[in-house]
Amino acid sequence: MEYAYQLAILFCIYSMLGISLNLVVGYTGLLSSTHAAFYGIGAYATAITLTAYGVNFFAGVALGIVISAGIALAIGIVLNRFSGDYYAIVSLGFNVIAYSVMLNWHELTRGPLGIPGISRPSVYRLDFSSNFMFLVLSVLFLVAVWLISRFIAMSSFGRVLKGIREDEAATQAFGYNTLYFKLAIFVVSASMAAVAGSVFASYVTFIDPSTFTVMESVFILAIIIFGGLSSLKGSVIGALILVLLPEALRFAGFPASIAAQMRQVIYGATLIILMLFRPQGIFGEFKL
Amino acid sequence: MAILKIKNLQKHFGGVMAIDGLSVSFEKARVTSVIGPNGSGKTTLVNVLSAMLNADSGIITISNGPDLRKCAPFTAHFYGITRTFQEVRLFEQMSVLDNVLIVLTERNVLSAIFEKHGAYHLQQAKTALETTGLWSKRIELATNLSYGQRKLLEVARVLALTASGKSNIILFDEPFAGLFPQMVKTVADIIKELRMAGKTIVLIEHNMDLIRELSDHLIVMDAGKLLAQGEPEEVLSRKDVIEAYLGE
Ligand SMILES: Nc1ncnc2c1ncn2[C@@H]1O[C@H](COP(=O)(O)OP(=O)(O)OP(=O)(O)O)[C@@H](O)[C@H]1O
Ligand SMILES: [Mg+2]
Repeated sequence: MEYAYQLAILFCIYSMLGISLNLVVGYTGLLSSTHAAFYGIGAYATAITLTAYGVNFFAGVALGIVISAGIALAIGIVLNRFSGDYYAIVSLGFNVIAYSVMLNWHELTRGPLGIPGISRPSVYRLDFSSNFMFLVLSVLFLVAVWLISRFIAMSSFGRVLKGIREDEAATQAFGYNTLYFKLAIFVVSASMAAVAGSVFASYVTFIDPSTFTVMESVFILAIIIFGGLSSLKGSVIGALILVLLPEALRFAGFPASIAAQMRQVIYGATLIILMLFRPQGIFGEFKL
Repeated sequence: MAILKIKNLQKHFGGVMAIDGLSVSFEKARVTSVIGPNGSGKTTLVNVLSAMLNADSGIITISNGPDLRKCAPFTAHFYGITRTFQEVRLFEQMSVLDNVLIVLTERNVLSAIFEKHGAYHLQQAKTALETTGLWSKRIELATNLSYGQRKLLEVARVLALTASGKSNIILFDEPFAGLFPQMVKTVADIIKELRMAGKTIVLIEHNMDLIRELSDHLIVMDAGKLLAQGEPEEVLSRKDVIEAYLGE
């Protein structure tokens, strides 16, 4: 059972990452490959405040959101100068920078040693340190992220995001200052990734930079491409499948060491097969 | 009353002078048509008037507004200017209804998130789509429409914007091209009604019958320059106009 809880928590974390990235990539059509950077910023913000200052977990989450949002705003302004393939490559560059900061700013992050001893939260009498209780907390965060994203996607704002994806110049011709819309969704998306990072840090109780590489961004991209761009439901299904896939391999009798190696191969292969036969993903209404 | 004026406007692309020292003005509640051979700069004129492109020099004045020549693309909307595109530009992978709603909703980020006028906008979109005969197609993706329907959807967007009072200068870039006769009539009627409602209309069109039927004033462009302008019949009977345009 414990094992199922752990998988379910991971599923919640990746669902949050998928949903939030989908707002930028699927809805707005901006191929961001820097999502793991915001995920990492949230994780580190929470880990550092919790271990060094012993503040409340929720204060750590809030701090992660604020820092991620601020950095996303700055990055978003730079990224606004690019579009299409260049956008993807420049955003990837930001992930590389974020990773090397985590790796080299020893005073703050302890570099490759990572930060151990991150506690799980407890509020008054509610103790979230068991896997089950932590799962409850993760689900609550996921529901919040889902509801906010859904509200955004269904709003007039969400429609403008799609307009930007389809034809940014025409959207401007109808009176939208698209820069503000792109920045707003980029910041919201980064904030949600930071929440996922906080939950992750508190869940595993130890973080190091290796979780927040470009590969992780690509993995989150794989989730949303798999589930379907501009479908929130798709992102959740994508997360479910890609989190469970390696476990399925284990159950299929692959030894753990091989299963781990096979993971990447299988992700790659399934993505290629999906793109060949259903480029809009499982639930997607839109293909890149 | 001239509501929109341009003076000494110039716009070049590399070595091509698309607009070359053009000075004209557009009257309120009138249809001003623009004709000219292919490549004479008509679409460029629309692009510049809608601030999608900034001209190199000259002045574009709109009644008590700033010099539009220097404005960012999204500002033209706030001075009541809207347009259609010669090469249809729809939000392809969005529904027909969303293609209209998007021109009606709040322009400000926060107001757009917490939009308060959903039902009202839906009503306006419905009216515009009914007038253009597209209401039954509202849940289709724009990309699945026929060519004629796509052109009509562009007109529906303009119609919704003008009905909402957010637009009073409309630039039509060849709205009739490739339409069946029935659709031509629909669009012609819409243009007449917009004129009756006091809107300022700039119409680019190649069909002389439609020009005669709809225009109050006619401008002839050639190689980015003003060749002639005036009362349509009179202009169309001028020898230099016939040579430059009708003769070819
Ligand atoms: N974006 C652009 N880049 C380069 N050249 C352009 C661009 N837009 C227009 N031109 C050139 O400017 C000139 C005027 O083009 P424009 O499209 O304004 O003509 P037009 O009168 O609308 O022609 P048509 O009747 O074919 O629609 C042409 O020579 C065209 O090739
Ligand atoms: Mg043209």
